Amino acid sequence: MAEEVKLYGTWVSPFSRRIELALKLKGVPFEYMEEDLSNKSPELLKYNPVHKKIPVLVHNGKPIAESLVILEYIDETWKNNPILPQDPYQRAMVRFWAKFIDEKILATGWKANFGEGKEREVAIEEFAEQMKFLENELNGKDFFEGETIGFLDIVANLIAFWFPVRQDALGIEAFTQEKFPVLFKWIANITKIDLVNECRPPREKHLAFVKARIEGLQSAPK
Amino acid sequence: MADEVILLDFWASMFGIRVRIALAEKGVKYEYKEQDLFNKSPLLLRMNPVHKKIPVLIHNGKSVCESSIIVQYIDEVWKDKAPLLPYDPYQRAQARFWVDFIDKKMYDTSRKTWATKGEEQEAAKKEFIEVLKTLGGELGDKPFFGGDNFGYVDLCLIPYYCWFYSYETFGKFSVEAECPKFIAWVTRCLQRETVAKALPDEKKVFEFVSVLREKIRVE
Repeated sequence: MAEEVKLYGTWVSPFSRRIELALKLKGVPFEYMEEDLSNKSPELLKYNPVHKKIPVLVHNGKPIAESLVILEYIDETWKNNPILPQDPYQRAMVRFWAKFIDEKILATGWKANFGEGKEREVAIEEFAEQMKFLENELNGKDFFEGETIGFLDIVANLIAFWFPVRQDALGIEAFTQEKFPVLFKWIANITKIDLVNECRPPREKHLAFVKARIEGLQSAPK
Repeated sequence: MADEVILLDFWASMFGIRVRIALAEKGVKYEYKEQDLFNKSPLLLRMNPVHKKIPVLIHNGKSVCESSIIVQYIDEVWKDKAPLLPYDPYQRAQARFWVDFIDKKMYDTSRKTWATKGEEQEAAKKEFIEVLKTLGGELGDKPFFGGDNFGYVDLCLIPYYCWFYSYETFGKFSVEAECPKFIAWVTRCLQRETVAKALPDEKKVFEFVSVLREKIRVE
């Protein structure tokens, strides 16, 4: 029976683009469905009734939601080019840091950029601290898991490409080569990979999108 | 070489209880070290420098943090006994999805049922019941979230039960009245020795929550 793989996502979401990257690294053919989040499709609502969010992977009609869950599913289903390590302790480590990026760094980064007053000050300090913790994980390696791109690099894509664009749009300099030389070296390493570049929004278009969104946020009634 | 397994934990933590159940299911011998969360030990701070939280599993000197990650680690290391996650990748994905849902929705909402008052508390109660109903919908007519057998989702959810008495008393509502099917599932889980032994007495938890409420000055 032919496999049917569909991915529901958006061009600008780091969560859906990480799924594209994983599928491409494994050479899995898939059909991509671009969602308009202001007008969600009946399929998206059917496949992710709990959260109503992208990305959703639909494999032979069966949906999986939540990007970290989808990444593990992809690794367990298509076993070539493994993205998670084999060793249970290493697996626990990459899961820990992926969760840290998605739950802590993302939220702190948001407050550091868009928060106000004391909350923002605290967030700026916390952001620097959290990014240092992550940077220390690289520990002289080319990629987070060693010599090739893996699960944590795929998840950390968000930091490599989405953070700098938002910074540019806001005109701030919290995440710089000077402050995080090891992370920037890692960004240079992943940028050399063609598939990584295929799976991120074109910079100018991305920057314009973020600028428009920021204007929208700032002019919205408080 | 014998395994050295240490668990840094706090008796009333629903996250710590998950790990205790998982270790018991696998028959793993370990040393339990109770932590004082108001005066964190150097060991805890060294073993979990990023979050400074319990539970932390220390296996042959290496620390694993975050309860859902610890449980998956336990399942993968001690894989010859009592599998916690399903074998099938799709079923595994569903189990991970629901534990993620529990982690995102249960803690903050349930905390607000006792840590807030007035309108905020009312809203939290409603949301908490909705979360339980969504979980009840996923459970359906199955005996456990894992199907016929107790599994990862059941294990990650059941520790909240010892806090229900506190939520219901301070929040003035009854889970049984709102979600009877959910309580039926709880009863099935409690029949399991590993679960019954791991859950602390709900009245002791209530005393603890009462002290917490005073500390944060809810009234």
